[in-house]
Formats: sequence, C-alpha cells, structure tokens
Amino acid sequence: MGLTKGSVGTGTVDNGLEIRKRSESDRVVAIAGNPNVGKSTVFNALTGLNQHTGNWPGKTVTNAQGYHETRRHSYVLVDIPGTYSLMAHSAEEEVARNFICFGEAEAVIVVCDATCLERNLNLVLQTIELTDRVLVCVNLMDEAKRKQIKIDLPLLSRRLGVPVVGTTARKKRSLAALTAALDEVIDGAPQESACQVVYSGAVEEAIGMLLPAVREKTHGKINARWLSLKLLDYDDALMEEVNACLGCDLLSDADVSAALQRARDFLSGLGIHPDDLKEKIVSHTVKKAEEICRGVVQYEKSGYDARDRRLDRILTSRFTGYPIMLLLLACIFWLTITGANYPSQLLSKGLFWIQDRLTEWFQMLGAPEWLHGMLVLGVYRVLAWVVSVMLPPMAIFFPLFTLLEDSGYLPRIAYNLDRPFQRCHACGKQALTMCMGFGCNAAGVVGCRIIDSPRERLIAMLTNSFVPCNGRFPTIITILSLFFLGSTGGMVNSVLSALFLTCVILLGVFMTFAVSKLLSRTILKGVPSSFTLELPSYRMPQIGRVIVRSICDRTLFVLGRAAAVAAPAGLIIWLMANVQVGELSLLSRCAGFLDPFARCIGLDGVLLMAFLLGFPANEIVVPIALMAYLAEGSIVDIANPGVLRQILTDNGWTWVTAVCVILFSLMHWPCSTTLWTIRKESGSWRWTALAAVLPTAAGMLLCFLIAAAANLFC
Amino acid sequence: MNRMHGLNEISPGQKAKVKEIRSRGSIRRRLLDIGLIENTEVECIGRSPGGDPSAFLIRGAVIAIRSEDSKNILVEC
Repeated sequence: MGLTKGSVGTGTVDNGLEIRKRSESDRVVAIAGNPNVGKSTVFNALTGLNQHTGNWPGKTVTNAQGYHETRRHSYVLVDIPGTYSLMAHSAEEEVARNFICFGEAEAVIVVCDATCLERNLNLVLQTIELTDRVLVCVNLMDEAKRKQIKIDLPLLSRRLGVPVVGTTARKKRSLAALTAALDEVIDGAPQESACQVVYSGAVEEAIGMLLPAVREKTHGKINARWLSLKLLDYDDALMEEVNACLGCDLLSDADVSAALQRARDFLSGLGIHPDDLKEKIVSHTVKKAEEICRGVVQYEKSGYDARDRRLDRILTSRFTGYPIMLLLLACIFWLTITGANYPSQLLSKGLFWIQDRLTEWFQMLGAPEWLHGMLVLGVYRVLAWVVSVMLPPMAIFFPLFTLLEDSGYLPRIAYNLDRPFQRCHACGKQALTMCMGFGCNAAGVVGCRIIDSPRERLIAMLTNSFVPCNGRFPTIITILSLFFLGSTGGMVNSVLSALFLTCVILLGVFMTFAVSKLLSRTILKGVPSSFTLELPSYRMPQIGRVIVRSICDRTLFVLGRAAAVAAPAGLIIWLMANVQVGELSLLSRCAGFLDPFARCIGLDGVLLMAFLLGFPANEIVVPIALMAYLAEGSIVDIANPGVLRQILTDNGWTWVTAVCVILFSLMHWPCSTTLWTIRKESGSWRWTALAAVLPTAAGMLLCFLIAAAANLFC
Repeated sequence: MNRMHGLNEISPGQKAKVKEIRSRGSIRRRLLDIGLIENTEVECIGRSPGGDPSAFLIRGAVIAIRSEDSKNILVEC
C-alpha cells in the first residue's frame, strides 16, 4: 500500500511521466532493476524523497522522479517499475523499456540484488544491449554478507565492461561511491566495449544483414544492433514507439524492409521461426549471465537461506499457514483497538475543551450566533471528531502494517491465498492489491497493474473496495466498540472487538472471493492465466524508521486529506441543519426524504445521507451523522465517554442499526477518488459504474436481509 | 533414474533439471525471464497451504508457480 502524498488521492491517477528538469543542464538518469531489489530505497536515499518502499514485488508501478546533486552535476532520477526483462511482456515492463529506450535517460543505473545476482544480470545484459551508459549497483550487500555470499565486484565489472558499485541502500553512506561512479559514467566515453551477448551464428548473421540499413535510419537515437534484433522478433507495440521516436515509419523504408525480408527468409531457411528466435535470445542472455557469475559469486555456506526456509515452513505450511495469517490480522486489530482507545478519549476531551474555549471567545467578542454556529459547531466540531476518531487507530495500524510489509510477509499472503483465488478464476496477486486497499482503495486499484492478465486485473479492480480502507476502518472500529463492547474497556472486551473486526474483514474477503467468482462466471469469463510470484527473502524491518515514516508520511497525510474534506462538509451540514424550508430544516427534509428507503436496509435517513455526503471521503460519514443528530437535538457534552452511544440510541439506534452501518460502510460505493482511478485504469465508464454498483448492491442486499430478519424475530 | 517428469510432480526438498518447457505464450516468456532454460537446476521448496502453487528455488530466487503451469515444465531428476 503505497501511501504517500503522491500515491493516494488524486496523486494515484497516473498521468504518464513528464520529466521535469529544474534547469537545462540537468541530467536524466533512470533507475532500473528486478522487482524488489531496493530500487526505491536507492532512489529515496539519493533524492531525499519518500517514495514508498516495502519488501514485495510490484510495489512501484509508476515512474517517480526526484533530484540529486553531486559535485559535478545535478540529476533528475527516475524510479521505474521493477522488471525481470525488457522484453515488455507486461504493462510495467513496457513502461520500463520505453523509458530506457525512448525516454530522455542519458544513463541507466541497474540495481541488482546481491543475494541473487545471476538472475539480476539478465536485466543488466539487456540494458547494456540497449544503451551505452550503464552503471550497475549491486544492492543489499549487507544481506549477502549475512548469508555469507561473497561477490567479487571488480571481476564482475571487468566482465561486464561497465562500472559496478556495491551498496547497502539502507545506509546512506554507502551510496557515495555510487554517485561518484555515476558522475564518471556521465562524463566518460560511451561504453562501447561493454559486454555484449553473442547469439548463435545464424542469429548474428541475420543481425548483420539488417544492421547497415537500420543504422542508416536510427541516427544514433536507438541502438542499431538492438533494434535489428527487435525487428527480427517483431513486436507491434514496440514498432509504434520506435516510429514515434524516429519520426518516420521504419518499415516503410525500402532498404530496411528488404533487409528484414532477407534476414527473415534466411532464418526460416534454417528452420528458425520467430518464436524460436525469442527463445534463443533469452537463453543466450541467461547463459551469458551464468557464465559471468561463475567465479564472481561464491556461496560460503550451503544453507545460506536456511532461516528463510524455516520461516516459510511455518508461515506457509498446510497446517499453520492460514491460522497464522488470521492470528496476525487479529493481533494487529487488537493492538490497534486497545492502543487507540485511551488516546482517542484523551484527544476528544482535549479537542472539545478547546471547542468550549472557542465558544467563550466568540461570545466575548460578541460575534453573531450564526458565525459561531458555522465555524465552531460546524467546521471545528467535525474536524475534532475526525481527528480524535481517526488519528489514534491510524497511528497504530499503519506502522504495524508497514512492519509486516517491510518484513516480506505480504507476498506469502498472496502465495497462501492463490489457491482460493485460482478457484475463483482470479489471480493470487489480487491479495497484494487487497493489502494495498487496506491503506487506500485508490492505491489498491493502481496496484492492480501487477496482475498481467487484463481479465484478472479488472476483477481485482472491481472488487478492491470490499476491503475497507483507512477511511472506513475507524468508522467500523468506533461503532463496534460503542455497541458491542460496553464502555468498560478491559482485556476481554478488546479481544472480543478485535475478533469482531477480524470477522468483518473476513466477510469483506469472502465477498471479494464471491464477487470475483461471480464475475468470472458471467461477464468476465475466462480460465485462470498463469501465475508466477517471487517470494523475497525475509528482512528485518527497520523499526525506528518505519514508525517515524509511517506516522509522518501516511498518518498525517491521510488525516490531512480527511480534515480537508471534513471541514467543508461540516459547514454544509450546519447550513443544511439551519436553513429552514417551510417548517423543517433542509437537513430534516433530506433525511426525511431518504428515510423510508433507508429504513428498509436497517439505516435511517440521516445515515444514508451521511454516506452520500461521504462520497468524497468515507472518513466523514460518522462525524456527519453525529453532526446531523446533534444539529437537530440539544447540544450535549460530547467529550464525556458514553455520551456518544447515548446520542445514537436517542436517535433510534439499535444493535441492528449498528450492524447495518458496519456492513454498509464495508460495502457501498467506493469514494470519488477510487472511482476516478478505476475510470483511469480501466478506461471505461461502464466498468467504473459496475465497480460502484457491485458493492452497493451487495451491501444493500445484506443490510436488507438483516433488517428484515430482525423485524421478523425481534 | 533419468525419467522425465512435470515440475509439479517434484516433491518438496527434491531437486531436478529442466529439460523442456512446453508452455506457450506469455507464461513461456515469463519462465524464460526468470532464468528457466534447459539444464537449469530447480529445487522444490514447499507448497502453499492449499497445495497449489508450489515454491521453487530457481537461480537463487524463490518463485511460486501454479501446478497448471509447472506441469508443462519437463524436468529430469
């Protein structure tokens, strides 16, 4: 769940990458690498930005950019999504390849994982093929050292023919060598003697046939050898990019197309078909990587990964895999609920004490009553609610979740849950997007890009909002603790409420499965596509940093957003409550209008209106409802614990109402940002509408059934 | 015993050598990208709680593959 300023809210809407240089002399450098090798950590350490990091593949799905100054140059660094190859099999790979190839990047830093260097060299070799200014950064050297994997960096550099620097990106100091090397790469000559993969005789001959004609056309804009190879292994999407880059249609050129025809005939004469060709290219690259690694990497301990395997046996075994997952979830909820309880009360006491002082102050100044009402009872009070209800649980939940994310556990969740997803004809990586959804559904929807099959990606996008985001969490927690736990607190209560919450989340997960299955049976028919998922090594999270970062980046940001939406909403509610239309206030009229329908699904008019007004941000639903109740009744001392429940029961709440509110907040239309993101990602209003209709229908149906059953039996 | 198996038949703890990849299309490329070519050594590390997918150690990295896909990877052990 990439939750930073850039990655939630409107920032999630990816508008493509536009390089913003600060001055003409800025050098653009791309940071490439396999998924989950610490690219974003390198990027953050160099740019001082807070691009979200985590130990799971597919976390960065869009390009991010930042700035770095060395003594010689100022750089624009671009963090591109992690890829295994530049063959562009998936959307991310295409983004990566296009940027390295056609972007303005003057040099490319390829970040590698020291603990599995050989596989990473694949990408290095492909990058060297594409561009002639490459710098290899072998990251996670500390990790390798711990596992007693020795890497001969000078030898690696000699064999590759490009500079190689070993780093531990978590320790900023170790990056000095990297930036020094980057200066050298930029100022030095193009790396003409870099290691090239030599293909089999026939392929090389075919390349030779094309090379002169292609070189004529590229004018040094694109590596001619690479392009010749790509022409042999024809790729429509790539050709469009190539033509756009060159400003002409390459294949309409007589020389090129004639040479291409000759080369193809030559290859097919030898019985080499285009499909075989791709394979030959890849297997030569892999073999070359193997060859380079021989002697460079030494495993000094045969059981270097014993600890990971042991953990995997516990965390993903048949008997303990699922129970541990549930236990972890329940534990996190328990810590969140217990930990948030006291500070929440303290905060609300403090904030409402301030409200009283504000009121006195307004009275002292002799301000008109309507101004006091609007600003203090409207804007301030809703803000106070949002802060006191949301801040404590978020300040606990986010750091905990980030710890889990940094440790490398999330891919194991996807691994554990792949089987059920497969049964629903969906992809296990959907579990990762659901985890992101816990933070922000809009971020979750963007995260769906890690799913390769378009059908499965759509399923994941349409069902993402069945996981409650941080905007809905506090609502659910508050109502749970108000209605089902009494006000005494205590161990039993907090455990119970954590269990309830876990059940609510499980219901969301169950609905995700059910709806995914429904979709793949009906409008999104298809067989499950293939699935490969890398399970990274476990890493010890940096606890101190995680806490600081997740509080600063995520909590305060999300809170800020909530507050920004809550303040005007408070104003609107106050106005509605105080503008009279005939006998009644506008608020009562609207609520009254919605009431009959709302009653059918166990809510009331005020609540349904609160949900509707909460469309821009779900976190304000409960505050709006409370505001509405209060605006109509007498004003009570809200800081007093227990009064909250009083307000609700005075307004006709029963446990049925509470259950229905919880269910409806779990399942109703996604917030406006999420919908907008779905529109962007799916490119269709129809899918967007479906994404809103599905959870709403499910929620209404369930609430209706519960309300009806309660009417019948109670 | 030089018999050919599907990779899905390898039990956890067992090692095998890739002989042929019969999958087609995007999964074939994906497998090639992660370094599965002829003669690559693969070790099955475990199975997920549902029995599928399984995790394999491939060139130093652990990759989960569904049996639907791994059955098309012929190995010798």
